[in-house]
Amino acid sequence: MNFRENLEFVINAAGRKVPTMVNGRPGIPFQGVSKYRPRGQVTAVPIRTCSDYPSDGDKRQPSLKAALQAAGLRDGMTISSHHHFRNGDLLMNQVFKAAAELGVKNLRWFPSAAFPCHAPLIEYLDSGVIGWIEGSLNGPLGDYASSGRMKGLAVLRSHGGRWQAIQDGEVQVDIAVIAAPTADAFGNATGDRGPSACGLLGFGLADSLYARHSIVVTDNLVPFPCVPWQIQGNHIDFVVELPEIGDPSKIISGTTQLTRSPDRLHIAELAANFVARAGIMKDGFSFQAGAGGTALAFAIYLQELMKEAKVKARFVRGGSTQYLVSMLEQGLTEYILDGQTFDLEGVRSMRENPHHVNTSPFTSYNWHGKGCFATMLDCVVLGATEVDLDFNANVVTHSDGKLLHGIGGWQNCLSSKCTILPIPAFRNRIPIIVDRVTTLVGPGELIDVIITERGIAINPKRKDLIEATRDSGLPIRDIRDIKAEVDQLCGGPPEKPQFTDDIIGVVKWVDGTILDSVFRVQS
Amino acid sequence: MSQYISGRPGPSLSSDLVVNYEPKDSGGVIVRLKSKVQALYGERIEAQARQTMTDLGLNHGALEIEDAGALPFVIAARIEAAVKMAHPDLKQTSLPQPGPETFSATPRDRFRRSRLYVPGNQPKLMLNAGIHGGDGIILDLEDAVALTEKDSARLIVRNALIALNFFGAERMVRINQGERGRLDLMAVVPCPVHLILIPKVEDAEELETLDREVDQIMADCGRQVPIHFMPILESARGILNALTIAKASPRNVALAIGLEDYTADIGTQRSLEGTESFFARSMLVNAARAAGIQPIDTVFSDVSDMDGLRQSVVEAKQLGFDGKGCIHPRQIGVIHEGFAPEESEIQKAVRIVRAFDKAQAQGLGVVSLGSKMIDPPVVKRALRTVDLAVACDRLPEDWREQEVQA
Repeated sequence: MNFRENLEFVINAAGRKVPTMVNGRPGIPFQGVSKYRPRGQVTAVPIRTCSDYPSDGDKRQPSLKAALQAAGLRDGMTISSHHHFRNGDLLMNQVFKAAAELGVKNLRWFPSAAFPCHAPLIEYLDSGVIGWIEGSLNGPLGDYASSGRMKGLAVLRSHGGRWQAIQDGEVQVDIAVIAAPTADAFGNATGDRGPSACGLLGFGLADSLYARHSIVVTDNLVPFPCVPWQIQGNHIDFVVELPEIGDPSKIISGTTQLTRSPDRLHIAELAANFVARAGIMKDGFSFQAGAGGTALAFAIYLQELMKEAKVKARFVRGGSTQYLVSMLEQGLTEYILDGQTFDLEGVRSMRENPHHVNTSPFTSYNWHGKGCFATMLDCVVLGATEVDLDFNANVVTHSDGKLLHGIGGWQNCLSSKCTILPIPAFRNRIPIIVDRVTTLVGPGELIDVIITERGIAINPKRKDLIEATRDSGLPIRDIRDIKAEVDQLCGGPPEKPQFTDDIIGVVKWVDGTILDSVFRVQS
Repeated sequence: MSQYISGRPGPSLSSDLVVNYEPKDSGGVIVRLKSKVQALYGERIEAQARQTMTDLGLNHGALEIEDAGALPFVIAARIEAAVKMAHPDLKQTSLPQPGPETFSATPRDRFRRSRLYVPGNQPKLMLNAGIHGGDGIILDLEDAVALTEKDSARLIVRNALIALNFFGAERMVRINQGERGRLDLMAVVPCPVHLILIPKVEDAEELETLDREVDQIMADCGRQVPIHFMPILESARGILNALTIAKASPRNVALAIGLEDYTADIGTQRSLEGTESFFARSMLVNAARAAGIQPIDTVFSDVSDMDGLRQSVVEAKQLGFDGKGCIHPRQIGVIHEGFAPEESEIQKAVRIVRAFDKAQAQGLGVVSLGSKMIDPPVVKRALRTVDLAVACDRLPEDWREQEVQA
């Protein structure tokens, strides 16, 4: 059974061709930003009875295999995991090895993201142990899906969208496997300490709440109670102790590296100046910037401008790094609301500083919450692989059409009060501003400012920002002018990649509707 | 079969290419292309390769191209370079499409606070060099370029001058010494270049020779826009001949010092305090001022030490220099800040210039401020300070129309 075959397609509200079925379930085409509101009640887990669990609180199983068996692993089930160990994860390869040894087939893996370290899983995709993967695919797994070898569609969801998909019942997780840097035998777990410390475990929280069975796996078992309990043991069925679950040097970098590229530094500085001169940077404001080189540099330039203007933020959203921690410790922000930690300083600060707060996709990004933090941010600074003349943006495919990145919190952040994309105007001859993005991931109506080294383009919808920066001395230009200049330099706009009719994935919007499809590139 | 290669193969190849040319007597032009942007630009790169061969008047030959997203002007230069290694006497060229910037002369006394060195064989660093707001961009053909890359770099720089936008920065090229320098001049003088940096000048005759060569090339190509010289003194002999060198060519607009070579030449090495170079720097400042041209300081080569750079600019300014070299765009801002006039200097200059304007308006030959007479050199200096303050964003452009500040 290949879910990529015999599909019917419709054109959605964004003008994109999308399938009516996704991996065996009906899909809803994108209807416009904030248009789709599913009714009914969100998924709940089956009722449990605490007398069915060990009264001494010891939920340990002797091995992964034993725990998977105890959780009732069988063909066609969905196994989920979080990606706080990033490219240092040593657990999921072991999980699927155990599953293969148990002889099960056609599993769906539902990670919050997959990394190059998961390349060994290709063997299980080929042998049918894993049917398909739904989650951000980076590296070799992205290439595998791009080449059309996976039997299901790669479903690309935002962090908030993943939570929404679980609550909607669109994805029923059968077994959640939660890697835990420190845990007790009851299943309480935390990410802020232990040899594999990764800071927090927010990406695994929904899994612990909604999966039919949850397994905590740790390399650092402590006597009850494990405090703090970022994951509550009351949601956990089994605990497994393993000698190794992650490679600390790849989970967290010792220090986050700033870009040295003069062009990127220049773009970052322009972005910081924009935020200052547009009046966004004022006492009590908030912002979010990722851990990419340009975003880090942005935070540093902004910090200098904040000091000069004697302005303090009320909160900043992480991905935290040493630079955000330094802002917190200098009193330039009162809080860090953190979704993931990127370096050792971030982990230390989260462990020690009560103003460095552990958050989850539920609080920050979820479509089915009663509000979410992302809409309250004064500005966010994000990357993109492509943008188009309507300010639509792409973050999952390259201009050559191959899958490249996951969505992460990117789509969710677009709902901030001012969304800024600082990106180079061209990368190795490839212009970044195109007529129409290869894959639509961010609708242009939510993208306010595009900052390149050759000028700043403000979305014409944002008359307020245009007005606020009119006499700022910033190089504000029409996006068409920047495009024309770069196209001339690059020897004309690039050819479009030739796509086959063979669909390999879909991009979900934050509300669960289908925003776009990814087709296989002609080889 | 002999092969001729332009380019630096390796994993770090980016915005550049490697061309391997094999001359042939028959079989037409064969292009074998491997490109990181194959799907997007592959066909156009192949077409360009064929066009370049046609421009060069060749009907046969094999081109093996490994491309990592090079822009068209770089592709043309590397193909021409590889081909000319095989056919050194070939006279034809293959020039790129002219860029968007209009070209006109720069004033002899324009600000030259910062000049950014970019290696002539590293196109990646050239593409956006102008966006950082430096007063000048130097495409370097001399020390930054390895011997094997000299001929390729010359063509890349020629094409960059034609194709790239430098966003108002003064377009400078540092040529090589001797015969290679003459080839450099022949390649770049017909292009939109404002200023030639001449390395390791030791006596006036060298400049006189170059002057004649530039005269000849300008006449041959019909160039009208004047070309400026900035000789660099990098030896004891050069320093002792500073005044005659400064006066040797009417094209001289500035005199620069190169301290790495100079300190080696006098038998010492550079220190943080710079005591060993005080004489040379001061000598050069005095020679340049005596000749009425700009004295320009050496580069600051530690890119990570911004505080050191800041300190070094303060020193340079105090010694009388008008500018400083840099090797990373992030240094430009620090240099401009360092050479910006102090608030008190600006206020004083504004008062003097206002008095001067008033005297002019009243037709008076003598400028006075209160009961004090102001000498013409002081007025001239004040005008320069005011211009500099405007260039450094320390004074609004329309300051004359604004109220006198308290």
